[in-house]
Formats: sequence, C-alpha cells, structure tokens
Amino acid sequence: MRILEGEKVAKYFGGLAAVHDVNFHVNEGEIAGLIGPNGAGKTTLFNLISGALPLTSGRTRFKGETITGLKPNEICKRGIARTFQLIKLFGNMTVFENVFLASLFGVSKEINKPNAKKESLELLEFVGLSGVKTSPAKGLTLANQKRLEVARALATRPELLLLDELMAGLNPTEVAQAMELVIRIRDNGITVFMIEHVMKAIMSVCNRIMVLDHGVKIAEGTPEEITTDKKVIEVYLGED
Amino acid sequence: MDRVKVITNRFFLQGLLFVVLLLLATMPLYVRPYLIILLTTIIMYVVITVSWAIFSGPTRYISLASAAFFGVGVYVSAMLGQALPLPVVIAVGGLVSLILALFIGLLTLRLKGMYFIIFTFGVSELIRHFLLWWETNFTGTVGRWVVAVDHTIVYYVMVVIFMMALLTGYLIKRSKYGLALRSIGEYEEAAAHIGINVTILKAMTFAVSAFFMGAAGAIMATRWTYIDPSIAFNPLFSFMPVLMAIFGGIGQLYGPILGAAIFALLEEILITEFPYYYMLLFGIILVAVILFLPNGLVGLIQKWRRGGLEG
Amino acid sequence: MFEIILDVVIGGLLMGGIYALIAVGLSLQYGVGRVLNVSHGEFIMLGAFATFSLYTVFGISPLVSLAICGPILFIIGFLIHRTLFQYLRGTSESIGAFADSSLLASFGLLFIIQNVALIVWKADIRGYSYLDSSVSIFGALFSANRLVALLFAVVISLGFYSFLTRTRLGKAIRAAAEDPETAQVMGVNIHRVLAICFGLGALMAGFAGVLISMMYEMQPTMGLEYTIIAIIVVVLGGLGSITGSLIGGFILGLIGSIVTYFDAGLSLIAYYVIFILLLLVKPTGIFGR
Repeated sequence: MRILEGEKVAKYFGGLAAVHDVNFHVNEGEIAGLIGPNGAGKTTLFNLISGALPLTSGRTRFKGETITGLKPNEICKRGIARTFQLIKLFGNMTVFENVFLASLFGVSKEINKPNAKKESLELLEFVGLSGVKTSPAKGLTLANQKRLEVARALATRPELLLLDELMAGLNPTEVAQAMELVIRIRDNGITVFMIEHVMKAIMSVCNRIMVLDHGVKIAEGTPEEITTDKKVIEVYLGED
Repeated sequence: MDRVKVITNRFFLQGLLFVVLLLLATMPLYVRPYLIILLTTIIMYVVITVSWAIFSGPTRYISLASAAFFGVGVYVSAMLGQALPLPVVIAVGGLVSLILALFIGLLTLRLKGMYFIIFTFGVSELIRHFLLWWETNFTGTVGRWVVAVDHTIVYYVMVVIFMMALLTGYLIKRSKYGLALRSIGEYEEAAAHIGINVTILKAMTFAVSAFFMGAAGAIMATRWTYIDPSIAFNPLFSFMPVLMAIFGGIGQLYGPILGAAIFALLEEILITEFPYYYMLLFGIILVAVILFLPNGLVGLIQKWRRGGLEG
Repeated sequence: MFEIILDVVIGGLLMGGIYALIAVGLSLQYGVGRVLNVSHGEFIMLGAFATFSLYTVFGISPLVSLAICGPILFIIGFLIHRTLFQYLRGTSESIGAFADSSLLASFGLLFIIQNVALIVWKADIRGYSYLDSSVSIFGALFSANRLVALLFAVVISLGFYSFLTRTRLGKAIRAAAEDPETAQVMGVNIHRVLAICFGLGALMAGFAGVLISMMYEMQPTMGLEYTIIAIIVVVLGGLGSITGSLIGGFILGLIGSIVTYFDAGLSLIAYYVIFILLLLVKPTGIFGR
C-alpha cells in the first residue's frame, strides 16, 4: 500500500522553482530515502508534506486521503511526524517535557496524563535518553538532541516518520547507532522516509531511494540501481 | 535535597498567599479610605500585569494591546453603567475585550516577533485616536461621565478580579495548555508539528488575558468618574505591564505580582511630588533589569534562595 | 483649485521629507543594527529642544544648529549602541532574544530621555519664530521656514543616499546590513559599523528635530508620535530597505497632506489604518526582502 503519495508537487518562491513537478510515493513498511545535492529541494519537499509550507500546485495524499493544504498540527494528528534538519527542540523545557507534550497533543485520540507520561517514559527508554530526562533540552549533546527529536516525533504515534538529515554532524559510532534506531523504528511498524547525505547509511538501510536535483526527481529505485544510475553519478561528480 | 526545597517553596508561597488574601479581604475594616483607594490602584496594575503575563509570558509574544483591552472595559462601563447592574457591566466589559482580543488574535495569525508587537500597539492607538476623532466630530463632547460607586465596593471587585485572574493563570500554567504555550514560545513551528493548534491556542489565551483587563477597566471607570479616550486608552497601560512583568520576572506567576506591586507603590509615592522622576526611575530600572537581571526579581530570589540553602 | 493642489503637494513633500529623514534613521538602526529603537522619536525631540534653547538663549540660528545638534546626537547614539546594545547583543542567547531585549531596553531609553527633557524643559508647549515671512509660489503662500526645511530635508536625504551608495563607509554599512558575518570576514569592523549606523540614525533624528522645530511647536512628549510614523514608513517601504524608507516617507507625507486637507484629525488615523492593512496584507512593504 502506498502510504504517502505526491502528484505533480511543485513549490515556487517568486519565480524560482524549489520543487517542480515531482511525483513520488512511499510504500507502507519500507524505509525510503531521499538524496540529492545541497539545495535540491529535499527539505522543501518535506516541508510541503508536513504542511509547513503550502504547495504551489499538485497534491499530496496520505493513506489514500488528500492532505494538501492541511496545517502541520492536522497532518500530525493524521499520523505523519517529522524531525528537523536544524534542531527545533523546546530548549528550556526538560527532555521529558519535550516528549510528554508531543504525547499529549499529537495523538488523534484523547489521551490522559498518566498514559501520556507512561508512553513518554517508554519512548525515552526506546531512544536511550532515560538518564537525562530531567535535563533541559538545550544542554544535551548533538547526538542526544537528535534522539530527543526522534522521541518527540514518535510520541505523536505516527504511521510515517520523516527524518531530515538525522545523521548530519554525528561521528561514525553515532551514525551506526542512528541507523540501528531507524531500523528498530521500522520494525515497530512505522514507515520511514529519510533525507540523508551520509551515503553509507542510506544505502545500507533503505529499501528504495529517490534522487532530487534542482527540484526535479531525476532517479528512483533500489540502492543498487541508484548507485549505477548515470544521471545520479553525474550529479554527484564534484560532490564529496 | 530537591524535594525538600520544593515542599518548603510551595508551602511558603501558598501560606503567604493565604495570609495576603486574608489581609486584603479584611482591610477595609480597619484601614483609612485613602489606603483602600491606593490599594485599588495597585491591584489594578497587578491585574493588568498578571493578565498580560498569562499570554505574553510563556509565548514570548510581547503584546502592546493592553491599553486597548483595558480601555474597552472602561468605555463599556461608561456606556452601560447607568443601564445595568454593576456585576453585569463588569462582565460585559470583560467580554467585549475578550471578543476584541479574539478578533485581533485571529487576524494576526501570521505575524510574528516585531510585527506582532507593532501591530498590537497600532491597534491600541488606532482605537484611541478614532474614538477621540469620533467624539470630537460626532458626539460633540470629548469624554463621558461615569456613575460613581462606593470605593469599598470598587476595592472588593478589584480584589475578586485579581483572585480570578491569578487562579486562571495558575490553572493554565499547570495544565497541558500551559506547557503547550511555553513550547510556542520556544519553537512555534515545532509545536505545530506535534499536533498543537497554535492559532487557536494563542487566540484563546490572548482572549482570556484580555477578559481580565477589560473587567478591571470596567470597575476602574467607576472610580475615575470622568473618562475620555486619552485616559481610557493611555499608551502607558500598554507599556507599564511589560515593564512591571520584566522587572518582577516572567518565570514564576508571582513575578508580575511583585513587579506590579512595587512599581505601582512607587508611582503612588512619587507621582504627587516628583511626577517625572518616577517615570525616569522606571526607565533606569528597566534598563538595569534588562542588562543585569534578565530574569527579574524572580531570578534574584531564586538565586538567593539557592545560595541560602547551600550556604 | 490649482493653489489647493499645489498647497497639498508641497505640504506633502515637506512632511514627506521629514518622514523620510526619520524613517531612514530608524531603518539604519533596525536594518543594520537589528534594534527596533522606540526611543528614536526622543532623539528628534532632543534635536528640536536643543535648537530651541540654542536659539532663545544664545541666538544661534537653527540652520547652524544642524551642524551642532547633529554631531552631538550622533555621538550620543554611537555611545549608547557601543555600550548598551552591543552588551545586550553579546549576552543574548539568540537573535530573537536580542530583538526582544533591545526593544525593551530602548523602551527604557524612551522613559529616561523623555523624562529628563520634562525635568529640564517642563511640560509646556514651546516654540520660536524663525524665517516667518511668507513666500509666494505660483500664487500659493508658504512660510519661508517651511520651504527652507523642505530644502534641507531633501538635500540631507539625497546626500545620505549618495553616501550610502558611493563612499567606502557607506558600502561597508550596506554590506553589513546584507550579511554581517561575511562582512566581518571581509575585514569590516562590525562593531564599529553597527555603532556608526545607530549613531547615524540618531543623527537623522537630530536633523529632523531641528527642522521640525523651525516649523512647529514642541513638547517633550512629542517623540512617540514621530517614532510611530517612522515605524509605519519603514514598514511601508520595507524593513531593511533604505531606499524604501526614503520613498515611503514621501508617499506617507503626501497621503497625510491629502487627508489633512479634508480633516486634520484624520491624518494619524489614516496612517494607522494603512499600517494595519499593510501588516495584514503585505508585511514586507514595497521594497522589503
């Protein structure tokens, strides 16, 4: 089942096309990847999906229902959660409060405080942050901040999780831990759609990968197909 | 060690609050009328500041519309005072302010930061100048007379409004909405992405805070007996709550109370002899607080208490 | 009929020139220094009152006062920024926090400056007459002081504009406005440039104050209204665009003149309505980025 679909999705800023005529889909239960050079429009695409930016044209559909034009909080309640490329934690609130809040507001069914508390603590355990749950979020290490963003997103009980450059700035050990976390998330029944620059990670973890360049989708397929695609290689020549 | 601090902290504050409320309730029995009137003014400032802090504190949207909400209450009182009983007038004053705030809140859903601040100030001033122009050109006389009410009644009404505002602020702060409001102040975009309807929450909290300002205005009008647009919508009513809340410290609920009480007291003491000196003093204190005491008096008290326990 | 139009247009240009000056000043402080200086109008007031005192006590012509008050206010502005605002900038944990604390600090300045003026000059309305004679242009009468003020306002505005576009310092200022980090890397002493910009803003305010004092009466409380007008013009022209402030000033001045013709009490209301509509419909203004 296609859990997420985009039809001729486009976003223009003035005359500039950030995303142009992109058709994409994510299958339920997979880990899908989104790669491309800097400025290709990847985060913009995520912003369009999550409702942070309005589409200029085109449609987005989640579980068969159109979600174009919905506000971020509505899309969250439908079951899509995300993390951000530039960390957007509630810095002066504690680690626990960050997750607790998401648990209280992000779920589609009313939840009472004790249950929300229980779920939050479980999630902190899941990502490995139980030890720092009373610390202010802004004091965490980068890796922990990323863990917290993931926990916060998961607290909204999503069916689809959008990860925006989760591994940026992490050392190799942390990257491995992050990869392992992503797999565990998928194994818990949550579809993952991730933007990444760390090629090793994305190639080993994803079932399917899409490539964007200058706002246009130039390739799509399995990791093997992508690494041998001529257009993709061209686009990345000159990239590290 | 933390738990001991919290318990003594909470009991201390609750006990203090109870004593203060008891004192306030029984004051008119043994205190001179002049002091009652003074206290009414001080509590008025406290109400406006606490109300302001209910919205602007956690969300960090600095609103300069307090004068608009307060002034609307004043004018409602002036217009309805003769026709309706006092409790109704006050409630209506609060309600009209609330509706105005909802209207402004929903209009400004896209405005952030500086734009919001300037917009709220613009709305306040627009209302003031418009009423001034209207009264000059259409009603013939500028200003209105308000039916006077016994100063003891005014005092009690103000105390009740204060208690309601305080209780509301406390309940909001402790609820999940209080946490949500803080998250809006931290990172509004992220708050929206975890399911918080930021627009509705902001608008409703803004409206609640305006209600108490309007109610306070409605009762104050009966104390002043003569009002005009420049009295009712005086920009100072927009600026002072901000100063008082910053001075007191926004982190805790008692911060704005402390800041407003001290400033209002200072104003009453200095205004007859040294009217410009007290405003000058406010300015200096504000700059000093921003430079050296960013968390206000609350921050100072917290530091002192922490130091005292460890020392 | 023709006289009326001429009257309105010249009156509009006159107010426009003043508005452009004060808006450019505020725009420099906000666009480059990122400080929304609500005490801007108080510097205008200081310029006006300093001119008043210099003229009534020492007989110094207001036009000469331009050369006196301007530099003094520039220095005051420079020092205030170098100490107060740069300290705040250094100690703020984010740009948003700095914006808030600098706004509040400038509030404090407003209270301080206005009340010092009230203590020194008292609350009475003051004024002086200078170049009172009437001049006739195509049959419409204007007082000489207004025309001279208009001339100076235009000259100063244009002079400042060429300063920004042609001199090295001017270009450094614009570079700092666009991209402070890169400018710093390029060797621009960002601290000094920011303080200079703030000082220049105060300079513009001072000039405007001198010119205003030539034409109108003054009170120590006059500042806030001018600050508001400056903010409206800056938003109208587009935050961050100095050209926008220049043009916006003249546009608003003309609108004000037209509205005043019909009903003087409505001009400020008209400004507010335009302002609110602008914020709701196109907050970036005409030239904003």
